[in-house]
Amino acid sequence: MARVASEEHELRRVIDEDREVDGLGADDLLAIYRSLILLRTYDERSVVYHRQGRIGTYAIFWNHEAMQAGSVHALADEDWIFPSYRESAIGLLRGIPASTVLHWWRGHPAGWWNPAEHRVASICVPIGTHVPHAAGLAWGEKLKGSSAVAIAYFGDGATSEGAFHEGANFAAVMQAPLILFCNNNQWAISTPLEAQTRAEALSDKAVGYGMPGVRVDGGDVLAVYEATREAVERGRAGGGPTFIEAVSYRAAPHATADDPRVYIDLDRVEEEKRNECVGRYEAYLRRLGVLDDATAEEIKNDALETMRRGIAAAEAEPEPDPELVFDNAYVLPPPGLREGWDG
Amino acid sequence: MAEKFLVEAVNDALHVELARDETLMVMGEDVGRAGGVFRATAGLRERFGENRCVDTPLAEAGILGSAIGLCMAGWRPVCEMQYDAFSYPCLDQLITHVGRYRWRTGGKMEFPLVVRMPYGGGVRAPELHDDSPEAYYVHTPGVKVAIPSTPADAKGLLAAAIRDPDPVVVLEPKLIYRGEKQEVPEGEHVVPLGQARLAREGTDVTLVAYGAMVRVCERAADELEGAASVEVLDLRSLRPLDEDALLASAAKTGRVVVVQEAPRTAGFGAEIAAILAEKAILDLHGPVLRVTGFDVPYPYWKIEDRYMPSVERVVGAARKLLEF
Ligand SMILES: Cc1ncc(C[n+]2csc(CCOP(=O)(O)OP(=O)(O)O)c2C)c(N)n1
Ligand SMILES: [Mg+2]
Repeated sequence: MARVASEEHELRRVIDEDREVDGLGADDLLAIYRSLILLRTYDERSVVYHRQGRIGTYAIFWNHEAMQAGSVHALADEDWIFPSYRESAIGLLRGIPASTVLHWWRGHPAGWWNPAEHRVASICVPIGTHVPHAAGLAWGEKLKGSSAVAIAYFGDGATSEGAFHEGANFAAVMQAPLILFCNNNQWAISTPLEAQTRAEALSDKAVGYGMPGVRVDGGDVLAVYEATREAVERGRAGGGPTFIEAVSYRAAPHATADDPRVYIDLDRVEEEKRNECVGRYEAYLRRLGVLDDATAEEIKNDALETMRRGIAAAEAEPEPDPELVFDNAYVLPPPGLREGWDG
Repeated sequence: MAEKFLVEAVNDALHVELARDETLMVMGEDVGRAGGVFRATAGLRERFGENRCVDTPLAEAGILGSAIGLCMAGWRPVCEMQYDAFSYPCLDQLITHVGRYRWRTGGKMEFPLVVRMPYGGGVRAPELHDDSPEAYYVHTPGVKVAIPSTPADAKGLLAAAIRDPDPVVVLEPKLIYRGEKQEVPEGEHVVPLGQARLAREGTDVTLVAYGAMVRVCERAADELEGAASVEVLDLRSLRPLDEDALLASAAKTGRVVVVQEAPRTAGFGAEIAAILAEKAILDLHGPVLRVTGFDVPYPYWKIEDRYMPSVERVVGAARKLLEF
């Protein structure tokens, strides 16, 4: 049933092969570019905001934008997204305001959202524990006869966790329309991929679950798009889950609190930075004649404006009411919940 | 004696104990190359090699489960869980195996492993970096639990945990990992499990605490100076528990407030209150009061200070008891 033999480790690529993806017109290509720039801008501004003390600890996703934007563009609005902390801002591509996500990183309860509204689940902080949630959601949609699929994002490190394994197996057994999207940035904080697994490719794990596993260049937004689109189509058609391994490189610290100099090869980081995903796509679009300076500038300015407004709105929000400590943990709060409260 | 931060004292203990016992090994996520995300294991891999300070795959159940097997093979693993709330995947192994394996061998085999982790709130961290899970651990039969509140105790309790023949969970209050440098004895330093520390002597009311809450209680004692003579009892180890020290202090002051940052219901404070009800009821001038977190998920950091027991709340409880 599984379609990946263990030798098939070639990364799927579009940009470097100067291919075009069927069905993507100039407008689509620019829409993807817009998403990439929005995510890149969100990330770069967030690192600055952190330095300025305007947000707390922040998980940087620089050079992960192609994996996020490419895959989201392959989804329909009805499809569900299950992000990890690395995809904290992925909801922006679904219309969640930048201020909401900034609130989350500011430790403000206004950073909560209703997952059903944008079909974006809450950001998962523990590693891999959301994979079974996504499997259950996809299974549940299938049981209802809906055509929605789900995508769960997690890292290379997450494939070592029991929850990942259990979620993947559930999805396969239930033939749930789930895309298991592994952002293989080759690091789990300081732990390199070779200390995480002896598998030659993470996509090989799919074989053991009885689902197709594909490998793509995670820095190639169109390869990611194309692979995800196929997985979505398979899921919608009743073909069950797909494991996508997107191979990239974490060219920034794990988070603002991390100092990778003690464990990473800085030359390698520099090399990866030169080949980062936004620049690659931009060059491709210019080769195709789809992007010119004026459009690029307008898109960048729009993204900057989104962030300016986002941080302004986040900072204009009043400090949270301490009473929120007691809100929402229960539908029917038990008596005595506020015992000891001096509010 | 050198002055050290609490986390540096942890590191010191690991260096001393690894040098002392060749069967000891440290394992966990990011403990080797990076020396731990809080640098608690810094320098161990360089000094003792990658087989005695092991960067494991990202799998807490795997870490603790394999530690059981390592014990069977004659090793003494010291496992790091990267954060309190990220230890939860290991609870399965802890509850189903760690706490009962010796029992199941008819006492023929020992499982002298240690699980250590930073715990507790107040550090302005994103969700799930703030939990106080001591009740889950102490509720597990067969497992001992220690919680230091000073650098010297962090070193001594960890050494005791490492040398103990039973599994021990050591919870390190990350709020004060780099709070205040204090004197830490050089070389071997062991603080036996099961001995509370009288952090402050007093005669009117006893504040019972552990971890970062000990400092909150000391500040509350300062606040109350002039109004009441406050005793602060730092439990240091929840199992074995120094009941003698607890009962002696209760007999002396007749008033006890227990402070924990964990949620209220079935927290360790309830255990203290129950012991006092069973064994000290005639010594008490009033009810045992608890100052605790609340029965809600640990909140977002902008309002976490209102969740954490504050000096004011502790002072308020002490005053209430004094006026009872
Ligand atoms: C269950 C659990 N264990 C440990 C952690 C601490 N931690 C946060 S991120 C991380 C590394 C994750 O690596 P990977 O899965 O590759 O994702 P990446 O961060 O590279 O996107 C670890 C160990 C956690 N969040 N949850
Ligand atoms: Mg990774």
